[in-house]
Order: sequence, then structure tokens, then C-alpha cells
Amino acid sequence: MSLTHFFQHFTNAIYLGSLYALIAIGYTMVYGILRLINFAHGELLIVGAFIAYYGILIFHLPWWLSFLVAIALGAFVGVSLERIAYRPLRQRDAPRISLLVSAIGASFFLQNIGLVIIGGRHKAFYRPPFFAQTTQLGEVSVMNFLFVIPLVTLLILGGVFFLVYRTRTGMAMRALAKDYPTARLMGININRIIAYTFALGSGLAAIGGIMYAMRYPAIHPLAGVLPGIKCFIAAVVGGIGNVPGAVIGGFILGFLEIMGIAFFPHLAGYRDAIAFIVLLLILSFKPTGLMGEQVVEKV
Amino acid sequence: MTKKQMLILFIGAVIVAGFLVYANLTFDAYMLRVLNLIAIYMSAALGLCLINGFTGQFSLGIAGFMAVGAYAASLVTLPIAAKESIFFITPLIWPFSVLELPFIAGIIFAAIVTAIFSFLIGFPVLRLRGDYLAIATLGFSEIIRVVSTNTISITNGALGLRGIPPYTNIWWSFGFAAFALFVIWRLINSSYGRAFKAIRDNDVAAEAMGIGLFKNKLLAFVVGSTLAGVSGAFLAHLLTAIDPAMFRFFLTFNVLLMIVLGGMSSITGAVLGASIVTFLFEFLRYLDSPMDLGFITIPGAPGLRMVIFSTLLILMILFRRQGLMGSKELTFEWIEKQLARFGGKKGKPREGDSHANP
Repeated sequence: MSLTHFFQHFTNAIYLGSLYALIAIGYTMVYGILRLINFAHGELLIVGAFIAYYGILIFHLPWWLSFLVAIALGAFVGVSLERIAYRPLRQRDAPRISLLVSAIGASFFLQNIGLVIIGGRHKAFYRPPFFAQTTQLGEVSVMNFLFVIPLVTLLILGGVFFLVYRTRTGMAMRALAKDYPTARLMGININRIIAYTFALGSGLAAIGGIMYAMRYPAIHPLAGVLPGIKCFIAAVVGGIGNVPGAVIGGFILGFLEIMGIAFFPHLAGYRDAIAFIVLLLILSFKPTGLMGEQVVEKV
Repeated sequence: MTKKQMLILFIGAVIVAGFLVYANLTFDAYMLRVLNLIAIYMSAALGLCLINGFTGQFSLGIAGFMAVGAYAASLVTLPIAAKESIFFITPLIWPFSVLELPFIAGIIFAAIVTAIFSFLIGFPVLRLRGDYLAIATLGFSEIIRVVSTNTISITNGALGLRGIPPYTNIWWSFGFAAFALFVIWRLINSSYGRAFKAIRDNDVAAEAMGIGLFKNKLLAFVVGSTLAGVSGAFLAHLLTAIDPAMFRFFLTFNVLLMIVLGGMSSITGAVLGASIVTFLFEFLRYLDSPMDLGFITIPGAPGLRMVIFSTLLILMILFRRQGLMGSKELTFEWIEKQLARFGGKKGKPREGDSHANP
């Protein structure tokens, strides 16, 4: 492989890595607080992308406004999801597996309601012209996404850090993540904090979905499944519940996927299996992830 | 088992067998296929029930094992001529390319291969718990699918296998369902079964009582997955064509819905759930195709069926988490009690009659 090729793959890996990191942050926040694998997170990505798509197509909104609306509505969908499918179970102290089943149900529901309403054909997502332009960096040609996506990821990382470590809401979130009953006794409104977390996570999912759709501009209702699962894996690799870990996990996964195929082109068909193999390796050797805390199960 | 219970079992078996003979003679091909599917999914649901319900190890890998079973059986039962015509891009690898075995050999081969696979997979993943285990088994199931799409010299890749001999009939599928029922029933009511339930209820306490966690979990996982694998083999010989896309997460979702609907830790529940879901799945097929109501034609909406099923799953888990049966079973004692009550009621009106008409 020539150096030019290597750098071309390298830039692609940065795209994908920061994209995964972006989505994994949302995943890890929800898991960190609820201890729930939100299976429907991948669908929330696509919900965000489709709202943005229709905002531009039907309501002729300028793209930035449409994206903002999509993020807001995406957050709303996430909060409604929590309200309908998760909160009743939480309040009845259902086992976590019931929550997981409910999440799987919600995921299938969103996929198929999307198929019913929108149909299964791929739709071409709008890319703002500036983003899709290519710039020559020496012999390596990159789309301007290369700068946009990592920038957005960094901004969001900063924002999330500020929120979690510098605000009262963030303090309540951390308290909830540590210990439910004690947090409740300290006067924290659990339902409200969880709703905030879901709004944040789903808003991030919508941003991630829009970025994903701009990078791979053919969207359909089932397109969120694979990135959803991969970003969950990124979050697990980094140590689920840990925000910087999610970013690291996202980059690891993005680099392995791109570089693995770049170095072993004949394994291209196995691309989607790479993430799962990484997951199994990490779960076998360090189940808490690279940066996760060790949790001891007590009787 | 008392004499009375034997009698009840015998009568039950005769009723089911009678129904099957009747169905086999009079039902059309479509209804027979639905019946076959019910029996096949029943076996898979029983397998998942053992892993998820009785042992409490939440596995989402059932579709992967069904794929393994389906491919393993098909590869040995496919006629050599069919193999040559299917594998026209890359020839099939050696031992399979010259094999053409009877159905029973294919089923046994499928059972052995899935048992080995589930042992190899269970070994690393069963150390995980709860949702980590769920996502890891889901991961394995996806890896199996991706591998089966890419190992063209064994599975023919995305094109799949065609022309599998249609060996599955009512007797095979229901025979195996009965076998699965028997295995699970005996297992659950043995010391192993009690160990499984102890692990489900509290694994730390179970370990403290001297139950080997890993050994028992692995046993439940291998038995459950093997049942699913063999049911996959029957499915392949019913549909006569398989490809990797059949064994997506979607299939796991269906089997999961069956046991959630029926009641996760109930054998009766799994049987009931499999029957209801499979039947509804076929019965509601019209929702996905255009509907002509005479005055108005509703365009079909592919996916509407699954909307209903996913809503059903959510509603079930929200409002009746324990499923239709909970952890209750259809027991001999219950049947005896009902029979006694029924007999008692029957007796009373006769007395009344004789008094009223002297």
C-alpha cells in the first residue's frame, strides 16, 4: 500500500471513528444512568435523519433549520419512548431483562412503522454543498466532512462534559448512575433526570443520524440497525457509562473497520463482523471495557 | 407416573395424533405448512425457554443456531446432482460434495454440529451476565450470518441453498416437538432443572449452595441451542430453500415473542406462544398485501404485521410481564382436578332431573 493510499484510508477512518464516537456518547449516557441497552437507539438515528430529510423536502426549510428541528423532534421521540416503553417497567421494579425485551420491541416497532409510513426504498439524503465538497490535501482528497464530523464530536464531547460535571442536572445524573434509592432520598426527581438523559441521548442520536446520513446518503427505515449496534459495541469497548471511553471506543472501531479492510481487502465481506469480533474479545478479556469501573455484584 | 396419568397422557397423545391424521388427509398444502411451522417453532421456542426462562441466561442467538442446524442438515441431505448445479461459482468442499445421506442422518448431523457450535460459543460468553450476555449472543448470531454469507465454498454465500429435499412432514415436525417437550420436561424436573432455576433466581446464592454455575449454564445453553438447531434443520427441509438473510435478528425476535407471550418459564407457555404467534403470523399475512373491501382498496403496507407484533411484545411486557401462563404448567394434577370437577357437575343435574321428574 502506498503512503497516499494509507493516508486516504486514514482520513476515512477518522470520519468513521468520529461518527461512531458521536453516536456512542448518546448510547453510553443512557446506559450509564438506566443500565439499559437502548436497542432503539439505532432507530432514533434514522428517525432524526428522516425528520431532517422531510423537513427539507416537504417543508422547504433551510438545511440548518431542518437539522435543528430534527434534533429537537428526535429528542422528543426519545423522551416519549422512555415514557411509554421504559418508565412503567422501571416504576414496577421489573427485572432488567424485561426492560431489554421492551427495548427490542420498541426497536422493531420503530423500524416497521417506518416501513409502513415511508416504505423501504432508499432515499437520497440532502448534503449541504459545502460539506460534500472535496479538498485536495496533497494527493489525498477529502470531503469537508473530515473537518466537520470530528469538530461536531469534539463540541459535543465538551458540551456533555460541561453538562455532566459542571451543572446541577449533571450532578443529579451522576448520582443516579451511582445509586438509585440514595439519589431519590437526596431529593432528586428521578423521572425528570431520566427524561433529560433520554432527551440528551436521543438528540445526540439525531445529530449522529444526520451526520451518518450525510456520509452515507441513502437512508431507509432499517438503515439504523447496523450503526446502532456498532456504536453500542463502541460504547462497550470504551467501558459503558463512560463518556471519554465511548469516544475512544468509537475511534478504535472506526479504525479497525477501515484499516482491517484496507490491509486485507479479500476480507471485505466480513466487514460487519469486525465489530462483533471486537465485542467478543473485549467481553472475554475485559468485560468492563477499557475505561469502565469494576462493578462487584453483591448478594 | 400413576396409572391415571398414563391414561391421560395416552388419551392426549391419541387426540393429537388423531388430529394430525385428520389434518394430513384433509388440510390443503398451505394449512399443513402452517402446522409444520407451528411444530418447528415450538421446538425452537422450547429451546429458548430452557435458556432464557428456566436458567435465566438471556440469549439472543437463537437465529444463529437455527442457521447452523439448517445448513448442516441441508449440506448432507442435498442430492449430489443438486449440489453440483447450485455450487456453480465455487465448488463445494470435499466431504459434503460426495455426501447424500438420508434425512435422519442429516438431523443427527445438525444436532451434533449445533451442539459443538453452542459449546464453543457458550464457553466464552456464559461468563457474562444479563444484557452483556444478550448482546454477546446476538453478536455471535450476526457473525454466523456474516460468515455464512462469505464462505461460498460451504454455504453458497448470499444465494443460499436451493432444492433441499422436502423431507419434513407433520410426523417429523410434531414428532420432534414432542421429543423436545419430553426432553425439556424431564430436564426441568430433574436435579439439573432445579439447579437451573436456582441459578435463574439468584446465581450467587446458587453458587454458595454448591451448584456449579458454569457447568449448569453451559448444559442448558447447549441443550437449548441444539433443539433450536435441529428445528432449523426441519425448517430447511420444509421450505426447501435457505439463505443467510432468513436468519437475521428478526427470527430471534419471533421466537422471543413466542416465549414472552406464553410465559418465559413455562413449557406450556412456550407451546402456546409458538402456536399463537405462528398462526397469527400467517393469518395476518393479508395485512401486508393490498386489501379489497369492495368499495375501497386499502393498499398493503409491508411491515404492518411486524408493527402489530412489536406492539404486542411491548404491551405484553408492560402489562403482563409473566406471559399468558406465568410459570404455571398444564399438569396432570390440574387435568385430574378438572376432570373430577367436570364429572361432579355432570352428576348433579342428573340427580336434579330425577327429582324433578318423578
